[in-house]
Amino acid sequence: MIAHHLELERVRIALGDTPLVELDARIGPGEVLTVMGPSGSGKSTLLAWIAGFLPPAFTVAGRIRLDGHDITGLPAERRGIGLLFQDPMLFPHLSVGGNLRFGLPAAATDREGQVTRALAEIGLGGFAPRDPATLSGGQKARVALMRLLLSSPCAVLLDEPFSGLDAHLRHEMRRLVFDHLRRAGLPSLLVTHDREDAEDAGGRVIELSH
Amino acid sequence: MLLRLAPVAIVLLLVGPVLAGIAMAALPAFGYLPALGGETLTLAPWRALFAEPGLARSVLVSFASGLVTTAVALAVVLLFLAASTGSRLDRWIRRLVSPLLSVPHAAAAFGLAFLIAPSGLLARWASPGLTGWTRPPDLQLVNDPLGLALMGGLILKEIPFLLLMSLAALPQLGPERRMMLARSLGYRPTLAWLKGVAPALYPLIRLPVYAVIAYASSVVDMALILGPTLPPTLSVSILGWFQDPDLSRRFMASAGALLQLGVTLAALAVWWGLERLAARLGRRWLEGGGRRRGERALRLAGRSLIGVTTLAALAGLAALALFSVAGFWRFPDALPQGFTLQGWSRALPHLAGPVATTLVVAGAATLLALLLALAALENEQRSGRHPGSAALALLYLPLIVPQIAFLFGLVVLLEALGMRPALGLVIFGHLLFVLPYVFLSLSEAYRRLDPRWARLALTLGASPARVFWRVRLPLLLAPLLTAMAVGLAISIGQYLPTQLLGAGRHPTVTTEAVALAAGGNRRLIGVWALLQASLPLLGFLVAVGLPRLLWTNRRDMRGTP
Repeated sequence: MIAHHLELERVRIALGDTPLVELDARIGPGEVLTVMGPSGSGKSTLLAWIAGFLPPAFTVAGRIRLDGHDITGLPAERRGIGLLFQDPMLFPHLSVGGNLRFGLPAAATDREGQVTRALAEIGLGGFAPRDPATLSGGQKARVALMRLLLSSPCAVLLDEPFSGLDAHLRHEMRRLVFDHLRRAGLPSLLVTHDREDAEDAGGRVIELSH
Repeated sequence: MLLRLAPVAIVLLLVGPVLAGIAMAALPAFGYLPALGGETLTLAPWRALFAEPGLARSVLVSFASGLVTTAVALAVVLLFLAASTGSRLDRWIRRLVSPLLSVPHAAAAFGLAFLIAPSGLLARWASPGLTGWTRPPDLQLVNDPLGLALMGGLILKEIPFLLLMSLAALPQLGPERRMMLARSLGYRPTLAWLKGVAPALYPLIRLPVYAVIAYASSVVDMALILGPTLPPTLSVSILGWFQDPDLSRRFMASAGALLQLGVTLAALAVWWGLERLAARLGRRWLEGGGRRRGERALRLAGRSLIGVTTLAALAGLAALALFSVAGFWRFPDALPQGFTLQGWSRALPHLAGPVATTLVVAGAATLLALLLALAALENEQRSGRHPGSAALALLYLPLIVPQIAFLFGLVVLLEALGMRPALGLVIFGHLLFVLPYVFLSLSEAYRRLDPRWARLALTLGASPARVFWRVRLPLLLAPLLTAMAVGLAISIGQYLPTQLLGAGRHPTVTTEAVALAAGGNRRLIGVWALLQASLPLLGFLVAVGLPRLLWTNRRDMRGTP
């Protein structure tokens, strides 16, 4: 397994004259860095910038390095950074298996085998032909996680991925997600306003004020 | 790369022909058209124009029909929305909007004519019981000199258009919250809507309203069927002069085209003045605090007016069907004595050519429009730059400048460039009117699509092209098919571009149907008009049915608009 690491070098994001975020951090393999702050503190802006979707209205200084390579100027699809949203966002026009295959790189070998194994791993063996709309919230979240992992990212951004889940599912999902990310040796950045998320993540916590 | 050119291409395509067409109408209007020997600037065409008998009346009818049609149609739509409560009837009417909108103007006009003519369906059903008529009365109910029948037909057609535009614009206003607020302040429901929602809705449908004014003041095909005859409306007069075998009449026709532009602009200006006036008077009404007075009358008007107009439109279509198979039918019998397929069997051998031309032209124009619209919208998504309201106004240009005012100039220009009337030109002419509607219909859905879908796909490593083909296009399949159906309907209903740019050599079902207007063979008219009305309906059937078929096993894809 390759040991990935994500570096955010002297990041400063501003909207006009209003500074939003300042950050300097290095996230090692399997490590989760939690960024906390109330809404409007610029958490989502930070994520959007790292993922490559920041609208041009913002001014940004700083670099993003992934495994030592500067990816600051790359388009989103070539950064190798995966994203887990608040909603599972399973493509409604594809089957469960189709969603997983969408995540697989075109060059991947044994595509069907990988999809089958991924579903078995989350206890959804045989679910490949199913309509995602027929899955429960927890099942959808697990499929979304597997789709992310199958796309073999080099780092992962988590945008409050547990806040849409019921309380009893939340703890279980956190464990599942963080276990998988750790095992895959992926550096992860978690953005949340839920302190329990940060505790379960078990890594460093940075608080954004404003 | 090509994507980035799409917005420019669209603007050039829509603005270029309109401006060039007006310019090429302006030159002959002042005597300059070397091909016909006009080499000096002169006011002679204008003198000839103003010497035409009945010109003032033509102008007045055109001007009035622009304003009256729009005012009535808008009032019916707003009152209906205000009085609508989500009852079953309301839902039915909302569901009928798209199919009614897809009925071409000519077919709707024939339907109305068959309904209200002295020997039409209504007179037959009301006679002799209510009227005492045993013979068709000697009344000019269709082609009346004031153009009332024409305005009636236009109103029937413009109500679904304005209603659809309003329904599309409403969600962004949050009408439920506004209603809740106003009703909690004690306003009765209809008044709450008229005072709390309508003032915010109007600015959003202003451009469609202007398009209705322009259309109603310059329509040709409907005026040929329902409009006055001696003299006809200004637009019909111009068409007559332009097609006159005496080519020198073209100078006068060009002056007429400019006059038409002026009449439409004048109608728009007067409407603009009325808007200001309504805003001033409306403010007093809004701030007066009246909560209940008039509620019942407004509610009754809102529900009955839309009911009558919808019923009339549907009854017109039924009349077309009935007359197309009617055998001997004595007045005032309610039904013919027998039914015959003679009209259909006589028309059948002649249907294939026009139907094929109609479908080829509509298909090609719609496909081109879809490609251009998709390219421009996709470019907008990728660059993150959204066009302003000025761009939207440009989109409406071919809908607000009267067709008759710039299509002549365009023909003159193409002739000067040595281009012969051909199918390609007809397609190009249709594209001018199909593209704005396709773009407007598609852009709503395109911009409303959750941007996170594309972001998610990109972070999964999909290229922008793959995101377009595998994510955006399938997610937008239903609105895409709707836009296609709209495009087909618009193209199928076009009369003037087909007639002018095809020089009559590429007849479609619409030009054939309109050509029958003068003849008065009801059976034959019924056949052609019914055919004309049913072709666009096929597009809407596909647009509704195909997504249901494809997504039988995808629950979340079925509810999408």
